[in-house]
Amino acid sequence: MGVHQSAPTTHEEWLAAYGAKPERDAEFISLSGEPVQALYTEADVTEGGDERIGMPGQFPFTRGVYPSMYRGRLWTMRQFSGYGTAHETNARFRYLLEHGQTGLSTAFDMPSLMGLDSDDPRSEGEVGREGVAVDTLDDMCELFEGIDLGSVSVSMTINAPAAIMMAFYVVAAERQGVPAERLGGTIQADILKEYIAQKEWCFPIDPAMRLLGDLVQWSAENAPRWHPISISGYHIREAGATAQQELAFTLKNGLTYIQQGVDRGLDVDDFAPRMSFFFNAQIDFFEEIAKYRAARRIWARELRDTFGARDERSMLMRFHTQTAGVSLTAQQPLNNIVRTSIEALAGVLGGTQSLHTNSFDEALALPTEEAVRVALRTQQIIAHETGVTSTIDPLGGSYYVEALTDQMEQAAYEYFARIDELGGMVEAVKANFCQREIADASFELQQRIDSGRRIVVGVNGFKHDEDDSIPTLKVSPEVERRQRDRIVAVRARRDSAAAERALADLQLCASRPDVNLMPALIACARADVTEGEAVKALQQIWGDYRETPVF
Amino acid sequence: MGRVPDLVKGSSKIRVVVAKPGLDGHDRGAKIIARALRDAGMEVIYTGLHQTPEQIVETVIQEDADAVGLSILSGAHMTLVPRIMSLLAQEGIDDVLVCLGGTIPADDIPELKRLGVSEIFTPGASTQEIVDFINGSVREPPRG
Repeated sequence: MGVHQSAPTTHEEWLAAYGAKPERDAEFISLSGEPVQALYTEADVTEGGDERIGMPGQFPFTRGVYPSMYRGRLWTMRQFSGYGTAHETNARFRYLLEHGQTGLSTAFDMPSLMGLDSDDPRSEGEVGREGVAVDTLDDMCELFEGIDLGSVSVSMTINAPAAIMMAFYVVAAERQGVPAERLGGTIQADILKEYIAQKEWCFPIDPAMRLLGDLVQWSAENAPRWHPISISGYHIREAGATAQQELAFTLKNGLTYIQQGVDRGLDVDDFAPRMSFFFNAQIDFFEEIAKYRAARRIWARELRDTFGARDERSMLMRFHTQTAGVSLTAQQPLNNIVRTSIEALAGVLGGTQSLHTNSFDEALALPTEEAVRVALRTQQIIAHETGVTSTIDPLGGSYYVEALTDQMEQAAYEYFARIDELGGMVEAVKANFCQREIADASFELQQRIDSGRRIVVGVNGFKHDEDDSIPTLKVSPEVERRQRDRIVAVRARRDSAAAERALADLQLCASRPDVNLMPALIACARADVTEGEAVKALQQIWGDYRETPVF
Repeated sequence: MGRVPDLVKGSSKIRVVVAKPGLDGHDRGAKIIARALRDAGMEVIYTGLHQTPEQIVETVIQEDADAVGLSILSGAHMTLVPRIMSLLAQEGIDDVLVCLGGTIPADDIPELKRLGVSEIFTPGASTQEIVDFINGSVREPPRG
């Protein structure tokens, strides 16, 4: 033995050397509460690497859905926006397209998401505030005025009344001379996660599932380029879920929708390729990357082995990512640019197909134009300056990332088994299972923050007393009045007998479970029936929804 | 889980209604607060989402609440809070502590306080601050 300690060469020797010095006073656990080892080695990665990891564009697609990934084509930079009336949002859309954005994403206001017209008493104070107000076909036409719906890809974030909004969109495109088969884009329509997390509902769960099934089936037959569901973990995560819960509940929702399509007699390969996903990008960098990689692997395996998909496109999990709104702080808001950058990078290293980066002022208000521009520039910097797009899945093969990917997958399957024991996702949601799991997780995280065990910079550590105020966007109350005037004008102008006939036919179709509701909804749109009128007509047949909250 | 209202007269537990007015579904904060208040020994009644001002005031009356915590993240606070305060006044209720939490711009806080909101907790407030505030402000035992 020499005087100098020899460098550790085996795991045991390293462990001994590591143990010889104290760890600093910190928790080494992930944002989701999972313990993290000091070191990962080959021994932590599940065997069978070639079959579990494979090549990009090759089953099980752990390394990415396409063989060329970002060397072939960058992700779509798709900033979610919407506020005020259709007129204001149309201007924001055009601004974003002029600044190099490559797809549009529509945020609707709360009344629109809840199926209420802007002149409903419950809408007061909420019209055009957190998104754009769309009550009628007229609003939808104005929203996309001067934007060719045959060439732009449009995403619409709306769920409970998605089929009604889709009908407006189809007729708005028709008025531009664009037939449904040319429409490209996505409507969120992920109704199960509404009951789990986002909580914007119109109907009880069973008829809501039927309405969704009608939309999926109609799209498969009439709008083959359209993605009729964006299966969304984003809101599940924002509601306080862990990464593991986001992954498990989102995939289980997706598998439930696939089962529904199959039960309706559709060939899985006729609609599964049009299913897309939407995930959160939180601040725990590696946990997020592992989540996306595990998601691809699970989806591919389930589609091939459980549902017998033969078309490879059915097995590809393509997803949109949004950075975590819940990670942003009102304190020292410029720090949010850094958080968003790291989260966006995780989405990119996780192989996302499109990305929304939050604006730094979003914990305070709707974003200003400057804040939106910085958010978009963040993506452009990642794409063009950092070099991370030059090679595919650069973290593939990292012991830590592969071990985490395996752990994520295992955690998801454990949840699948618990949900199956409850009778499947619809029953699990009715039993508040997911809601309770999320409430528990979010409470635990808050306790870690409140106790100071987890530091949030500017909130419970590194605070300062300086004034953090930044200019924020204000939505004028005038917007609400103008929107109410618009809907009143449509009601005055339309052929009211035709509107009533369309609503009566909608109710007749709703009372017969074997009829697809989309044609009746499209007829309602053409007759200038408002969103709220269509929802109320359906509620007369189906009832509405009241949750039993758990906390 | 909602609790059975404690009807025992002279109970020393503070009764708090946690309410979500408006149309948004952001209930993460409301649920965390509800649980923290319950863990701190208070009797918590959580209304669930999408409550109208009328429904909230009705719950406050029925539950004989000492305090009500409103959680608003939809930006509609300047419409909803004045209505709730005026409904409370119409019902002759002036001894219920009203707190507000959510994304409330600093500019709106003076007006909300003028309307009678006792405290406004913005993002980053700890659950302990809120527990302490309610404990410190509801000094008298609940009316029975």
